[in-house]
Amino acid sequence: MSALLDVKNLTLQFRTDEGLITAVEDVSFSLNKGEVMGLVGESGSGKSVTAKALMHLNARNAVYGPGSRITLHSEQGEVDVLSLRTPRDLKVVRGGAISMIFQEPMASFAPAITIGKQMVEQLQLHGDMSKARAKEISVEMLDRVGISDASQRFDQYAFELSGGMRQRAMIAMALSTKPALLIADEPTTALDVTIQAQVIDLMKDLVDEFHMGIIFITHDLGVVAQTCDRVNVMYLGRLIEEGPVREVIRNPKHPYTQGLISALPKLDNLDQSLTAVPGDIPSPLERPPGCVFNTRCSQIVGAACTTIGPNEVDLGADHTVACHIYKEVAE
Amino acid sequence: MSNMPDPTDPKLAGINISNPTQFGAEGDNDRHAKEAYFTASQGQLIWARFKKQRAAMIAAFFLVFLIFSGLFAPFLSPYDPTVAGRNKDYTNGAPQIPQFCDKNGCSLRPFIHPVERERSLATNFRWVTKINEDKRSYLTFLPKGDAYKLFGVIKSDRHLFGLEEGKIHVFGTDEDGQDILSRTLHAIWTSLQVGTIGVLIAFVLALIIGGVSGYYGGWLDSVIQMITDAFRTVPAIPLFMAVAAFMPPEISAEARFFYISIILGFIGWPTLARRIRTHLLTERNQEYVLAAQLCGASSSHVIRRHLLPSFTSYIIVDLVISFPYMVLSETALSFIGLGLKDPVSSLGVMLQKATSADVMLNYQWYFIPVAFFIVLVMAFVFVGDGLRDAADPYSEVNK
Amino acid sequence: MNGPLIRAENLSVGFPIGKGLFDKFVLKAVDDVTLHIDKGSFFGLVGESGSGKTTLGRALLKAVPITGGSAHYADGEVAYDLETIGKADLKDYRKRAQLIFQDPYAALSPRMTVRDIIAEPLEVMGLTRNRQETDERVRETAAKCRLNLEHLRRFPHAFSGGQRQRISIARALVSGPKLVVADESVAALDVSIQADVLNLLKELQRDLGITFMFISHDLSVVAHTCDHVAVMYLGRLVETAPTRQLFAAPRHPYTKALFSAIPSLDPDDRGRAQKLEGEIPSPMKQPSGCKFHTRCPHVIDRCKVEEPRLQSSGAEHNVACHRWEELLQNA
Repeated sequence: MSALLDVKNLTLQFRTDEGLITAVEDVSFSLNKGEVMGLVGESGSGKSVTAKALMHLNARNAVYGPGSRITLHSEQGEVDVLSLRTPRDLKVVRGGAISMIFQEPMASFAPAITIGKQMVEQLQLHGDMSKARAKEISVEMLDRVGISDASQRFDQYAFELSGGMRQRAMIAMALSTKPALLIADEPTTALDVTIQAQVIDLMKDLVDEFHMGIIFITHDLGVVAQTCDRVNVMYLGRLIEEGPVREVIRNPKHPYTQGLISALPKLDNLDQSLTAVPGDIPSPLERPPGCVFNTRCSQIVGAACTTIGPNEVDLGADHTVACHIYKEVAE
Repeated sequence: MSNMPDPTDPKLAGINISNPTQFGAEGDNDRHAKEAYFTASQGQLIWARFKKQRAAMIAAFFLVFLIFSGLFAPFLSPYDPTVAGRNKDYTNGAPQIPQFCDKNGCSLRPFIHPVERERSLATNFRWVTKINEDKRSYLTFLPKGDAYKLFGVIKSDRHLFGLEEGKIHVFGTDEDGQDILSRTLHAIWTSLQVGTIGVLIAFVLALIIGGVSGYYGGWLDSVIQMITDAFRTVPAIPLFMAVAAFMPPEISAEARFFYISIILGFIGWPTLARRIRTHLLTERNQEYVLAAQLCGASSSHVIRRHLLPSFTSYIIVDLVISFPYMVLSETALSFIGLGLKDPVSSLGVMLQKATSADVMLNYQWYFIPVAFFIVLVMAFVFVGDGLRDAADPYSEVNK
Repeated sequence: MNGPLIRAENLSVGFPIGKGLFDKFVLKAVDDVTLHIDKGSFFGLVGESGSGKTTLGRALLKAVPITGGSAHYADGEVAYDLETIGKADLKDYRKRAQLIFQDPYAALSPRMTVRDIIAEPLEVMGLTRNRQETDERVRETAAKCRLNLEHLRRFPHAFSGGQRQRISIARALVSGPKLVVADESVAALDVSIQADVLNLLKELQRDLGITFMFISHDLSVVAHTCDHVAVMYLGRLVETAPTRQLFAAPRHPYTKALFSAIPSLDPDDRGRAQKLEGEIPSPMKQPSGCKFHTRCPHVIDRCKVEEPRLQSSGAEHNVACHRWEELLQNA
């Protein structure tokens, strides 16, 4: 498996009236071609911001840390995403080599233009082709994602489709440019559970067929378990645990990950009571010093937790965790 | 819950378990600031946000300054602005700026060189004014002068400043010898009064009509909207001309003043009513309104406790922004002779005298009041904008 | 009195749609629903979009008018016929039946302090005589919902989603209701907070003997917290049963599909027992006969024509399906 994306020391802060707010702190990970990575976190975890950074899509008041580097290994060579400035250069990562689908499909389709027109526009922006050819490809994609009567749907408006179909259309639009990396930001959260299951199956088929990398952003660990090869867990802007999905879900090491899993209602054991992670997620204005999770952690090991940010510890089997508990054990 | 941290665990000393977001090492100041933020009412939050906008704060400063000038106009102006206080010897006189130094040296007290009039042979025995550079006339502070009634009740005759001998006209005089500074200050006050009454009338009407329309919706709303639109399409100038034609010329200046304000109010309500209606239509569907209704709250309770407070901030902004329109409308009306007339001073009335070529070429100081009004209107607009920016992001606070 | 707290019989809620005088189409959001809720139980109502579950909950609270069938409330002290309830009785009913909303951000009046928000039902319904009494009741209720005294002085903007939901709960509880309808009350919360709120609701059920009607689209949450579950599809009740039974042996094809659509937390459990094809029909264009027949894997001709009635299939387990017996035998 060849490398597709390398993120190193990504730090992102936003300049606001209240000062510099840290949204992402020192996040590093890499993704291979054909790999599906789940990016899990709750509100305030920084997962969406991280995803947008991959396409250099964050707002103008975003300040990237000096050591932050995002490298995309595309067919045209290596692209340093954060250094792209002109619209022409950015076009490569926005919709070209990297595509993104969103939670609310209604929001990504312009309401007054037909779906077909938007898909054709996307294709023509990213490649030299005639309108006819673009239409051909678009209808093919619509069909591929399971939309019946694709050529009819091509001329319909977004509001004429149901939620599930809109989501499929969005996936079709995103994939029509044959991106190397697909970022899916909560694509199934707004869908009914039976439709969610269909879309998840679709995405898995597409990974096999297109051999692209997917970053699947969600707060739903069940979806991650079913679709992803790897999972990265984020909390308040830090990557606190990452590893193969089986490892992390069966053997969670970080207290937050453990808390998250035990808070989930599982159908295999209805008698087990739900345990919440105590406290609330601190606001980004009040980032705790030391380990960002220490205000809610029940397994604090000492003064280090409240003063020193933990480094990543390699636990073997490609499973790393950022927690002082493991540092201690190793020592 | 088994995951709840043990309060007696010494490792967790200093961390508040019941409110884990409060972190041990912060000082009292931080905690006070946070608590203040949590308990801040909407008004306080808006004020805090408003303070951060420099343009709006400067504008607010000017606005307050001008309002005070208008409020205390009789005291601040050296002379009565009407014909009663005019200076027959100095008509169309240029502004007299107090100075500290002249060819004879400097003094601590400001003074001006008095002006003398004499008939001159050279100009065919017309009056010629000459500045007597040898005499000095010093400014006096808090002298007695023309009598006035502050706010219409407090009798006094003290003015802020005056001249030892004769009169001083810092902004010059007009063709009747009336002091332009005094007239300007009184004009500001007049405009403020007219604006306030107009806005108030418009607001009350808009609140009732827009309120009923927005709260009840349905066919009532449609009917009221049609009436509102009808009102809106009436062109203002012809309407005023018609009304002015009906007003008997012999009514007193005060009565005229009152009627003009009311008319302005009646013209201004449709826009405000539409805004109130829109606010109500959105707020009415909010979930917290439904929650109140599910407790059996009456309509008046819902309106009073939930709906009205929710758009008070918007209404205040609307009112502040409507103000300059009232002022400008009154100015325009008075300028074309349909509004206020002498002896009431208002910018429009003052500008009426400034329409001849003679004035524009020779007596440019007639236009000094215009600068004041520009500042007044701009101040209202900037403050209104600042308030709107401060009030709107309130919804951002809700994440 | 040992009868159920709520008894609905052939309950229907229809909304007239269509503007002209001639195209008056009635959208039946709730169609012929018969169920009962026992005192002190935690009753779950599950469905996807268009199922009518929210409308049913609101109809039982008389927030929307009942257009067909009947509903009765009997708590041992009073008994009301909800369809014909008079104004005075309705006032009393409002004290006994309350609602908790889904969106914690829209459900609290942003210009009122927490104390005022919780006190409002008391003041509107005239349940206390003076301010002191009101304050005491507010404090008591707030404490039960784990809100501190200092919280009472604050405005909603100071609180996180989970805390706001607790304020909502306190507001619903302050009038001492016997029935609380929780409409998707944890859907907008992060998973780690969700468990906290759910545990609080269970505690309140235990300590105060309140009957909860828990409306949700999340079957796993419902399976963990409720003792009895009703499943709805396009306005009709398709199955009701005690939770354990429903989960162990669902009888309706839709219920089976719902269960298997839930993404399992076990990465190796990737087989799908029953994948549901097709979209949920729009409530405006409901299928004939059995509403589910367009997606049912076991459809026969009878299903397209005849609507199945809710039949008893054993201890408190009711199913609305023509073929439930056959399918049970074949399973």
